[in-house]
Amino acid sequence: MKIYRIHALICAGGQCISAGGDSFESALKKELQAADLAEEIQIVETGCMGSCEMGPMMVIYPEGVVYVRLKPEDAEIITKEHFLKGRPVEHLMWRKEEGAFPRLEEVPFFAHQTKLVLRNCGLINPENIEEYIARDGYQGLAKAIADKDPKLVIDEIKKSGLRGRGGAGFPTGRKWETAYLQTSDIKYVVCNADEGDPGAYMDRSVLEGDPHSVIEGMAIAAYAIGAQKGYVYVRAEYPLAIKRLTHAIKQAKQSGVLGQQILGSDFSFDLEIRVGAGAFVCGEETALLNSIEGNRGEPKKKPPFPAEKGLFGKPTVINNVETFANIPVIMTKGADFFQTIGVPNNTGTKVFSLAGKVNTTGLIEVPLGISLRKIIFDIGGGIPHNKQFKGALTGGPSGGVIPATHIDTPIDYESLNSLGSMMGSGGLIVMDEDSCMVDIAKFFLKFTVDESCGKCTPCREGTKQMLNILEKITSGQGEEGDIERLEELGNTIKQTSLCNLGQSAPNPVLSTIRWFRNEYESHIRDKKCLCNVCTLSSPVKEVKKHARKKISH
Amino acid sequence: MNDVNIVINEKHYTFPGNITILEACNRSGIAIPTLCYLQGVSDEGSCGICVVKVEKSRTFDRACNTIIFEGMKITTESEAIYKARKMNLELALAHHPLDCMTCDKDGDCTLQDLAYQYGVKKSRFLTEEDQISTLKENAWKDNPFILFDEQKCVLCRRCVNACMNTAQVEAIAIANRGHLSKVSTPFDLPLESTTCQFCAACVQACPVGALIEKTRVGKGKLKDFTKTDTTCAYCGVGCNLSIYKDSADNLIMAKGVIGDPTLNNGRTCVKGRYGHEYTQHPDRLTTPLIRKNGVLEPASWEEALDYTAKRLSEIKEKYGSDSIGVLGSSRCSNEDNYAIMKFARATIGTNNIDNCARLCHSSTVAGLAKSFGAGAATNSYSDFSASDVFFDIGSNTTETHPVIAQIMKEHLRKSDCTLIVCDPRKTDITKHAKIHIQHTPGTDVALLNGIMKIILDEQLENTKFIEEHVENFDAFKQKISEYPLEKVAEITGVKAELIKEAALIIGKAKNMMTFYSMGITQHSTGVDNVLSIANLSLLTGNLGKPGAGIMALRGQANVQGACDMGALPNVYSGYQSVTDPAVKEKFEAEWKVTLSDKIGLQATLFGEKGLTGELKAVYIMGENPLMTDADITAVREGFDKIEFIAVQNIFMCETVAVADVVFPSTSAYEKYGTFVNTERRVQLLRPVRKHHPNVMDDWKIVSRLSQKMGYDLGFDSVQDVNREINKMTPSYGGISMERLEKSGLQWPCPTLEHPGTPILHKEGVTKRPNQKGLLHAIDFKPAQELPDSDYPFILTTGRILYHFHSGNETRRTSVLNEFVPKNYVEINPLDAKELGIQANDLVIVTTRRGKLELNAKISERPKKGVVFIPFHFSEAPANILTNAALDPVAKIPEFKVAACHIQKK
Repeated sequence: MKIYRIHALICAGGQCISAGGDSFESALKKELQAADLAEEIQIVETGCMGSCEMGPMMVIYPEGVVYVRLKPEDAEIITKEHFLKGRPVEHLMWRKEEGAFPRLEEVPFFAHQTKLVLRNCGLINPENIEEYIARDGYQGLAKAIADKDPKLVIDEIKKSGLRGRGGAGFPTGRKWETAYLQTSDIKYVVCNADEGDPGAYMDRSVLEGDPHSVIEGMAIAAYAIGAQKGYVYVRAEYPLAIKRLTHAIKQAKQSGVLGQQILGSDFSFDLEIRVGAGAFVCGEETALLNSIEGNRGEPKKKPPFPAEKGLFGKPTVINNVETFANIPVIMTKGADFFQTIGVPNNTGTKVFSLAGKVNTTGLIEVPLGISLRKIIFDIGGGIPHNKQFKGALTGGPSGGVIPATHIDTPIDYESLNSLGSMMGSGGLIVMDEDSCMVDIAKFFLKFTVDESCGKCTPCREGTKQMLNILEKITSGQGEEGDIERLEELGNTIKQTSLCNLGQSAPNPVLSTIRWFRNEYESHIRDKKCLCNVCTLSSPVKEVKKHARKKISH
Repeated sequence: MNDVNIVINEKHYTFPGNITILEACNRSGIAIPTLCYLQGVSDEGSCGICVVKVEKSRTFDRACNTIIFEGMKITTESEAIYKARKMNLELALAHHPLDCMTCDKDGDCTLQDLAYQYGVKKSRFLTEEDQISTLKENAWKDNPFILFDEQKCVLCRRCVNACMNTAQVEAIAIANRGHLSKVSTPFDLPLESTTCQFCAACVQACPVGALIEKTRVGKGKLKDFTKTDTTCAYCGVGCNLSIYKDSADNLIMAKGVIGDPTLNNGRTCVKGRYGHEYTQHPDRLTTPLIRKNGVLEPASWEEALDYTAKRLSEIKEKYGSDSIGVLGSSRCSNEDNYAIMKFARATIGTNNIDNCARLCHSSTVAGLAKSFGAGAATNSYSDFSASDVFFDIGSNTTETHPVIAQIMKEHLRKSDCTLIVCDPRKTDITKHAKIHIQHTPGTDVALLNGIMKIILDEQLENTKFIEEHVENFDAFKQKISEYPLEKVAEITGVKAELIKEAALIIGKAKNMMTFYSMGITQHSTGVDNVLSIANLSLLTGNLGKPGAGIMALRGQANVQGACDMGALPNVYSGYQSVTDPAVKEKFEAEWKVTLSDKIGLQATLFGEKGLTGELKAVYIMGENPLMTDADITAVREGFDKIEFIAVQNIFMCETVAVADVVFPSTSAYEKYGTFVNTERRVQLLRPVRKHHPNVMDDWKIVSRLSQKMGYDLGFDSVQDVNREINKMTPSYGGISMERLEKSGLQWPCPTLEHPGTPILHKEGVTKRPNQKGLLHAIDFKPAQELPDSDYPFILTTGRILYHFHSGNETRRTSVLNEFVPKNYVEINPLDAKELGIQANDLVIVTTRRGKLELNAKISERPKKGVVFIPFHFSEAPANILTNAALDPVAKIPEFKVAACHIQKK
């Protein structure tokens, strides 16, 4: 094996690439050639490092120096100063507020995180299975097969307390057990990678940065329930994820950890990728299965649950990317280890994509039970321009707003539900004093209206009617009774929609009415948007100072 | 299924598991409102009206598709439930116009009923512009059958599910998503360009006025109509229909009767749905006619009956009873046929009685009787679901037996059942087949022998069945050995591998149902073809069990019955032979006359015997041989020589036009009686509309005439006839009209206590004297007229979906006639190219017997070298061209193969 003096880890996550990471990398390669350093310094393209706002990023080992917001022209100075003379280029490095230059693990953004799912993201080359294996990859699968009893796998997963990371938090082990107990020659394992919440990209980053962890998780699931075939349903908008996953599947087959007679055992498991066609609702599991079958992507009535009667009518375990990425960790390190992370009944970690009015946005992985405050202020570095924190929206278009008064709420499935929001798949949008809550609700509702499949009346027609009312309100045409109508519609939609998309669609509206009713009222009664976001036809201009005062109370 | 204990509204109930909350509530008398639910068709739960509260459930649950479980606690009424239902109803009504007053569905609309029940005068969400319906142009614009008013649509999807689950067509689906979603055809193509077969299952399923028959628009609302349940008068499927008429006795619309899962259960086809307008057509014959000075002139009943009685008596006197030929009818009831059968045998004294089954399934009656001792279809629709292989040969099932095709397709879609189709044309059903063998017309025996040779070679025959239930195996096997695959491939023009693949599937089938129709029977080797099919079923043991047997698909609504009633030259009712002295004695005792034991003339010989002068008179009830016989020019020459022709009919048609006396009769929708469908099910025919005061039921005309001729048939009512049928026909002994009021009965049903016989030859025990099936060694014989340099194409004829037989009814149903107004010839694109023929070009099709000018329809359906012409069009009758070469046993003409010449005009 070749020894290098320096490893330069360049983030090849989607964000960094689109921020120009590619051009920086080619420039760097050219510089290294010119400086005759190509044999001494290895460039490693990694998956997403997380702090996407700072991209393109590069981490230099062994020092752990973090370069951020790199441009192609920076390649020359880094080569000349850092690589040739050993002098890190300070003006390109991540800077703590007090002017210090932390190593990667000292950066607050990273220091408060616990990386299980993202354990390899940003560290290994996702296109090289050996790097995955070197980080204990496929040990979990090997252990599962060596133990010779699928039931042991299910027991371990059950014991770990892992809950589905797709949003609903159903215990993964119980789901697997249901599928395991079904008598059927054919069973399936399906990975839901149809990540669709606006601003959420946890699953994409895992697929791009560590595809083997998903493949291994699925193979373990297949072994546990007795499936021979699996599908990964990826949205078409993720071409890089599809490319890396395709490559990883090929490598895994070549290496004997996927395909026929895995690791020399009797267990065979084949994996195929299915590419979505741009429908958000296909992230709903029954709609996704319909889509794989070649039907219109629409949800089906549950029960029967997919674990009983899923793909092509056969027992099917369907989990999302993040859930599967947890499996190898549990299998290698054990359920007992997993339970030490998080809080009872909410074990393990959750990956969030932190966005909105927060200083450092990006992908973070935190233990469950952590407070919202810790995420926003310790990891995210607080609200820009010292504005007031107003609320955070979790669960994307299915979630709700957690108001500032509940900033110390622990992030776990039950607490979020009790506040009228939900865990969701991991979108976390921070809002400051300038965010109009009616406008935010309208934004997310518009998204669901566009994405409703239209199968059931409450979702198809009800959400549209709610949007009509919100549009009326935000344009100054609101009238008394509109809030009550929204609540009435919202409750019916929640109670009677066919699938989770519809059942959760009113959440952004209902939760903002719950916590910020006054904003609705001022739109309707005073024809005023307290945050000056909505253009109301009534020409009363609100003074910003007043708005600030009101919220700070 | 274990019993499940549940609580509904705090009361305890016990049900067998696996039923829905809705079903449980229905059984307990608890009303649950529904909108999108349609039993057996649609249970997607889209509308959210039937919601109930199940304890511990996070949301409300839909009663229509939630299965009950042990300990389930259900609340069906509460303020929250009421509010949710009402809100969803308001949302359903968010774009629905407030035009109930002018809507055809007023009074027959689930949405209207719900709005009434929940007091929704106007949805809060209804906008100004949506309050009045304005019909938008859409894919339904040009077709004459179905209207779609999108604005009335509540997107319940019952139509989409009906198209998929009932019609098995999937011509319509939901396009777009969310609030933009709509019911649509693929890419908004006009409906007539899709796979739609216009059965209007979607219309029947629509709970509002969005989808409606164009033919009923403006003709009244439900309250203006009277409904009668009867049996469809078209094909042999025997669909149960509810037909609605207005106060002026006009038939307005039809629905498939829902409820009996062993029958059509709501299904029907385009003809069943729309093909009833003819009953009120101005062309209906309403007075007897007598030919005077060469012209048919109106006459009184007395005059016409007296005259006919006189003429027939004279001819009988002068030339003998056998100089008179009589035709019963597959379009008439059992009672009509029994009466005319008795009239021919007892009054006239001849066995010269036949019916048009001669032209369709006489080879079946003869062939299956030889093999199994009974010449009828062996199984029932309800046991198709037990088949793992369907073998469909010589049947354009989708067009000729549409509802059977729907039942087949449903089973194919829901199970792993494999369909093999053998047909020279790529018909619709071939699209559902795993294997389509497109063999040359007239090569069926070779094909079947080839298949059986492979089965024998691969040792896939059912040895145990053969040992126990079959005779003549060795001679059969010897003959089969003469049909090696290469030879068969050459004769049939089919790739050897394809034949082998099919043979292996057939050989390995657990339960194979064979379906066949005119493609098998209408050949000069028709009986050989049928015997070969019987051979295959005996060889593989596919007989006498659910899902395994032979469905000889009968073409006309009562062709089975006409044969059962003995409108055949060799048998009395129930296939009792005229040559059997005991039978003769029995009938003589009952009828108190001396009967003939000489087998009579077959219908297809009437023309020829007219020409030779052996036949001096014919009496025809409800048939049109001058349109439907082969080589009608020759038949007409024969008829011209016949001294006296009397007919009973509902319309002026080719045969009526040459008659000396015409009696106007009632149509099938005006009479009381019984029909027998292709699964031997005897069903009631109830009068839907009053008939014209001057027309008479067919049995009654015959009875009156017989009286005039000095013999009283003894019938004063339909019931009288029916009772005699029961008495004189062992297999009909228990089939009383009283029992039929409740439901149909499948013969044999010898006693009033007998439940009927859904499957014949149970366990392989046949109706032959030794109870064994007889294998026949059959040689392949080519068709009588093969293509040559003068006539290089094979002409084959048949039916199409939108018309029926000689077209008397369907051509007088404006909507059907408008859709397919004229005849055409289907030509393969390769042939068309060689001949320089383009779509719709006028071409001349010539055979040795005549020529027709037709528009060309370039189509992949016929294979190269084969052309197809439907036979429904009197202005361009295909039977001018067909070959009257007859099967030596069954005397069925070779409608399916004639050599023809084609050229562009």
